[in-house]
Amino acid sequence: MGIVPGMIKGLGVTAKTAYDTMFPDGPLKPPSPSKGAVTVQYPHEKETPTARARGVIALQEDNCTACMLCARECPDWCIYIEGHKEKAPPRRAGGKPRQKNKLDRFDIDFALCMYCGICVEVCPFDALFWSPEYEFSEPRIADLLHDKSRLAEWMETVPDFESYESGSEAKVRKVPR
Amino acid sequence: MIGLAFWIETTFRSAGGLAAVLLPAGPLVYLYLFKMMSFMQSRLGPMEAGPAGSMQLLAEVGKFLQKEDLFPAKADRIVFAAAPFVVLVSSFLLVVVVPFGPDAWFVNLDTGVFFAMAVSSVSVIGILMAGWASASKYSMLGGLRAAGQLIAYELPLVLAVMGVVIQAGTLNMQDIVLAQAEGEIFGFGGIGNPFIITQFLGFVIFMIAMQAELTQPPFDMPVAESELVTGYITEYSGMRFLLFFIGEFATAGIFAMIASVLFLGGWWVPGIDPDSNLFNILGPAVMFAKVLGVTFLVFWFRITYPRFREDQLQKLAWKVLIPLSLLNIVITGILKVAF
Ligand code: SF4
Ligand code: SF4
Repeated sequence: MGIVPGMIKGLGVTAKTAYDTMFPDGPLKPPSPSKGAVTVQYPHEKETPTARARGVIALQEDNCTACMLCARECPDWCIYIEGHKEKAPPRRAGGKPRQKNKLDRFDIDFALCMYCGICVEVCPFDALFWSPEYEFSEPRIADLLHDKSRLAEWMETVPDFESYESGSEAKVRKVPR
Repeated sequence: MIGLAFWIETTFRSAGGLAAVLLPAGPLVYLYLFKMMSFMQSRLGPMEAGPAGSMQLLAEVGKFLQKEDLFPAKADRIVFAAAPFVVLVSSFLLVVVVPFGPDAWFVNLDTGVFFAMAVSSVSVIGILMAGWASASKYSMLGGLRAAGQLIAYELPLVLAVMGVVIQAGTLNMQDIVLAQAEGEIFGFGGIGNPFIITQFLGFVIFMIAMQAELTQPPFDMPVAESELVTGYITEYSGMRFLLFFIGEFATAGIFAMIASVLFLGGWWVPGIDPDSNLFNILGPAVMFAKVLGVTFLVFWFRITYPRFREDQLQKLAWKVLIPLSLLNIVITGILKVAF
């Protein structure tokens, strides 16, 4: 296509978009841009994010072994973990008491986090999950540091994993509840 | 005109000048920059301030007025502070020669077109001042780019206007309007002779050069935000930034006025005797309608096209527009002699 026909076509594209936005019901109806626009007016209207959207990270505290893998892999170093060892009762009667890592502190600083998801990927014990919730802004930046109880609350909003295609060999993972 | 005391006349003129520069700028920003641009991008634009966001501009002005007037540490303070005013002054000087009706004009210069073309380049000085005085490499580059661009496009702009001047046989803006009102196309005088018909090539060149003079995209290299932050306005904040912003859209409005005088018949509409007193009232409204039409084109191009590269910009001016406008002058001259 030559330069000039291409440029005219470009003008047509913007004009058509403007027309579609102004008159979504055809030229005879009154213009209603709020219907024709692809955007929504956010605080008044909300879109539901897709189920696997990366909104906020949830922590299943019981599964976490304080192995620190997530904290070390996090590119921003915005996960803070402290823990101590505890004796747990033996699995079988007569066995030795087990040793267990207990979390004292598990904070994620969402002011630093860039939502890369590496921590969720890297956790070997299914303790971190993505939740699609996104409305957790705060007037004070320090309040974006979510401690382990706050992270645990997000667990309720984590959707179930989608089932795999039929015939798939892999076992469907379950979100621990 | 009726004999008025000098100071009354001066007050009227100043008020009229302010109104002619600032009144079109607001509707232009709201209609085209806020709303048409949003619709062309399938979104709504500002919706919260006033009905359908119509008070958004006032909100923006209020916001800018509250901001601190920052000066960079190494800036040349006086030049830095004066630059936005120089830019704005060029828009006020431009409006001086625009006629709004048979008697509604500020100054009726015999060399009106020449004056307009000359003062339109004053803004380059302001932009160079801003770029140089900011003591920032981005501003500096932006200022230089603006100067190169404005000088390059001044030529096709002037040459495109030449065709109109040859055809009308006058440099007086008022007489150019009358020439269009009283003209005939092949003996048919029903719609006069708006020069957009006989000088279509000139009109196209004028519109392209005008787009570049206004540094509207696709000719916005001086403020190319991906390369130069915002070019010569990088270091400005608050009130002075606002002046640049107003200047941009006020100049768009005034260039559109000049385009409508030169090519669309100015304050005249077909069907009414151009000497009629009615035009002193109706004229400004007709002008405003024509300005809206011309700026619609400007903003439509602005929204549609991506930015040129610097060398493509210069190539377009020197290799395409200037030869074309020279050709236009030659053809117009030959036809003028022949008929
Ligand atoms: S999502 Fe990325 S940046 Fe955020 S906490 Fe996890 S690893 Fe760190
Ligand atoms: S969340 Fe997972 S990776 Fe991070 S410390 Fe706990 S178990 Fe280890």
